[in-house]
Amino acid sequence: MAKVNVRKNFQQARWNEPMIYELSTPGLRGIIPPAVEDEIESRVGDVAAKLPESLKRKTAPGLPEVAQKQVLQHYIHLSQETMGANLTNDISEGTCTMKYNPRLCETLIGNPGFADIHPDQDEDTVQGMLKIYYDFEKVVKEVSGLDKFSLQPGGGNHAVYTAASVIRAYHEANGELEQRNEIITTIFSHPCDAACPATAGFKVITIWPDQNGMPDYEAIKAAANEHTAAIFMTNPEDIGIYNVHADKIVEAIHAVGGLCFYDQANANAFLGVARAKEAGFDMCHFNVHKTFGTPHGGEGPACGAFGVRKELAKFLPVPTVEYDGEKYYLDYDKPESIGKVRQYIGQSAVVLKAYTWSMMMGADGLRECAEISVLNNNYMLHLMEQIPGVSHAFQGNGIVRQEQIRYSFEELKEKYDIGSDDMNCRMGDYGIPWFWSSHHPWVIPEPMTLEPCESYTKEDIEEYAKVVEIVAGEAAENPGLLKNAPYHTGMHRRIQEEDLDNPEKWAVTWKAYKRKHGVK
Amino acid sequence: MSRKQFVHPYIPNSEPAVKKQMLEAIGMESVEEIYKGIPEHLRFKGTMELPEPIVSEYRCQRHVEGLLAKNKNAKENICFLGGGTWNHYVPSVVDTIMERDEFLTCYVGEAYTDHGKFQALFESSSMLADLTGFEACNTPTYDWANAIAIACRMAERMTGRKEILVAGNMDPDRLLVVRNYCKPEMTVTKVGYNKETGCMDLEDLRRKLSADTASVYFENPIYVGALEVNAAEICRLAHEAGATAMVGVDPTSLGILEAPAVYGADYAVGDLQPLGLHMSYGAGLGGFICTKDEKEFLGEYPSLLFGVCKTQQDGEYGFGEVYYERTSYASREKGKDFIGTTTALHGIAAAVYMALMGPQGFQELGEGILKRVAYVKEELVKIPGISLPVTGCSYCDFMVDFNKTGKTVKEINRALLEYDIIGGKDMSREFPEYGQSALYSVTEVHTKEDLQALFGALKAICV
Repeated sequence: MAKVNVRKNFQQARWNEPMIYELSTPGLRGIIPPAVEDEIESRVGDVAAKLPESLKRKTAPGLPEVAQKQVLQHYIHLSQETMGANLTNDISEGTCTMKYNPRLCETLIGNPGFADIHPDQDEDTVQGMLKIYYDFEKVVKEVSGLDKFSLQPGGGNHAVYTAASVIRAYHEANGELEQRNEIITTIFSHPCDAACPATAGFKVITIWPDQNGMPDYEAIKAAANEHTAAIFMTNPEDIGIYNVHADKIVEAIHAVGGLCFYDQANANAFLGVARAKEAGFDMCHFNVHKTFGTPHGGEGPACGAFGVRKELAKFLPVPTVEYDGEKYYLDYDKPESIGKVRQYIGQSAVVLKAYTWSMMMGADGLRECAEISVLNNNYMLHLMEQIPGVSHAFQGNGIVRQEQIRYSFEELKEKYDIGSDDMNCRMGDYGIPWFWSSHHPWVIPEPMTLEPCESYTKEDIEEYAKVVEIVAGEAAENPGLLKNAPYHTGMHRRIQEEDLDNPEKWAVTWKAYKRKHGVK
Repeated sequence: MSRKQFVHPYIPNSEPAVKKQMLEAIGMESVEEIYKGIPEHLRFKGTMELPEPIVSEYRCQRHVEGLLAKNKNAKENICFLGGGTWNHYVPSVVDTIMERDEFLTCYVGEAYTDHGKFQALFESSSMLADLTGFEACNTPTYDWANAIAIACRMAERMTGRKEILVAGNMDPDRLLVVRNYCKPEMTVTKVGYNKETGCMDLEDLRRKLSADTASVYFENPIYVGALEVNAAEICRLAHEAGATAMVGVDPTSLGILEAPAVYGADYAVGDLQPLGLHMSYGAGLGGFICTKDEKEFLGEYPSLLFGVCKTQQDGEYGFGEVYYERTSYASREKGKDFIGTTTALHGIAAAVYMALMGPQGFQELGEGILKRVAYVKEELVKIPGISLPVTGCSYCDFMVDFNKTGKTVKEINRALLEYDIIGGKDMSREFPEYGQSALYSVTEVHTKEDLQALFGALKAICV
């Protein structure tokens, strides 16, 4: 059996890396663009000099001037100060499904048959890529049971926004948009389930949980009326409790003429187990970069696969990818479409990687992902329950948790004034990436949301729990140690954090920083 | 094939003995006991109809490579497509950094464990701001279109005005994104343009500017392949009407073209793709929005903004989120629009690219492109039947008129494939007023021989 290894002497790279500007020496450069051939040069002369005066750049941009090795070195250093999921025990980022991202997929996106194709090429010249789109759509159709997908949205939030746009188009087509101006969501659903409908012009009604942590069914029924455009809900919500009323909620919303959108950001544990269709939803989305094995890129690139029942397919963004029995083609013929949410047909690198991953998994493999994820999570809970000072949301309600759990350090906060941020900073000293606490508002005090998806070994789970135990023990013995952590990561504890909210002090660029902080 | 026959390399705890130990520890017989939390009638009883898995990584690679081989690519063909995704050289250093698992597979970690990610994105914003002449820039948006759309709503909130005027010569696909995003808060009205110069019709702009105008959006370089010679005047007219001015730029042009902040723009938006991202069938996109560093601007960004903060270690650059309360992460529906996972990694790629290029690189890149384009234009008009429908200087993209050849762009492009050339974008659907015209794009990757191959092929096809 593999050994459980807590990294007690961990040290992340800390290069004290200067800003790239501080590496600058006038006259240096990292790369030389190809020169224009003499024949062209002699024919056209200095074209830039002939530009209209108003369009000519007068002062060169203040970019750094750095030789190639030093640029490479600088960004390798910065990468080493970053904890990617492929190199760490990233059970940390609950709700984010930090699974292994196969290297094969990165090899494939470098293939000239992908890297060097232009999105405006004629359909005949990109049949391979269109087939990949078409076949990946089949995968998400099977996983959800829904009829038609758009792979255009560039992330989960973007898919949720697309849902809000489709709902708006649907009610507009029915002449009811003015009346149906409310969208219901739940507090444990992702903030985008509130923010996206609001951006699309809807009033948002937020439902709080019942005593078991599920969205309050009676409250939803009471909120549903002739003004309801739709409900946006996650299931399970971010605390890992499966909502047993899902279909009843759908019925209640349908009964008043509203639509039902299922945010499936947390789909990983339900592949082949439970689907949007069986619960009666009209729409759903998958975070392809979470559930289907593609890397998160430090917040993108990503893809939000957005699916609908066939009655709503006419509102999807254009174009969709279709097949006429001989060739694949792009269908722009959708007069009732919401238009577009992104240029071209979506984040094709993510689609290519997700397609590849899905082909390696097959139906059985997807199901295995789901089963091992829930098993891992319950094993993790079993270990975490034994740690003093750690509790979890709606503990003791008798409901078996699914793919993730929101833990709480409430007791540590009360006893030692040690909260989520302190725990997080100190756990970094053991090589653990920053854990996901919770979106705001923190309904569960001092939260930590963990999702040990299928990529992690039993020993990874044990290591993680052990680190929590060690750090929770440190909190009891020496809270000051946590208050000043981290000591072994790329950055020390922030001070004067209020500067980040102060227009006189904040700086989101080097130029602004120099001006505001008197740097020469 | 039964899944019991192997342990999937990506699912270690599916090993039967390990699985059994874990089940025993939690006092369960099978995983089904966990799924009992899902009511029976909500369970999926069928089997997903998916192809048999290709469990060997090698076989899977062969399978996908086989599909990709069906695509014609710009390595084996000479590609003249641009207009939103461009065929620029991607330095190997950029690819090396993009492939680092540290950046590639990280996510929403704080600066304590992801210090490098914060610094790289801070530097990216800083260098984009250098190019555009501003002091603020966000972390990336989905794409250029999304950047315009967001900036429109920022302008609406800042001015309290409800109309956006957009140049009628902008990319229609970008406009579709903007229209959807601005609903229902704003109306989007097109301003006319001069078909010969490609530039905005200033008289029409004057007519349409009003007390309702939140912002005027134009592109420079213009989508139809010209430079907006009236950029400063458009900004001045917008300001005169109490509106803001927004320009969409190709960031690679800003080594030679004036910085938008200098000619009076309040917002400069554009795409990161030309800054070191492969074309990848449109996967290289990522947008940016640059503004002044003033609270009335910065306070309206929905995006994450990374800023410098002091730490306990004197002299260390710490990082954190600037004015986080703005965001929907902090304030749900009360935040500015919405924020989520976008294209952060592309921001890092752009940082590496801009650092490599420096001011000299951008200047030489720009000058070289202007020259190649000027040369191509001169040569193309020598071919009978071919003309240039838009006058003036072009950067990368320019229109070619094939109306007098008697052939459609579609026919010409099909014929060009026989010469291993991927022709320009057929504009007859988006801009029917130009008839059978195509949008060609020439960058630093095109050699004299590439260009001459195009002339030779077009002569053979059109004459």
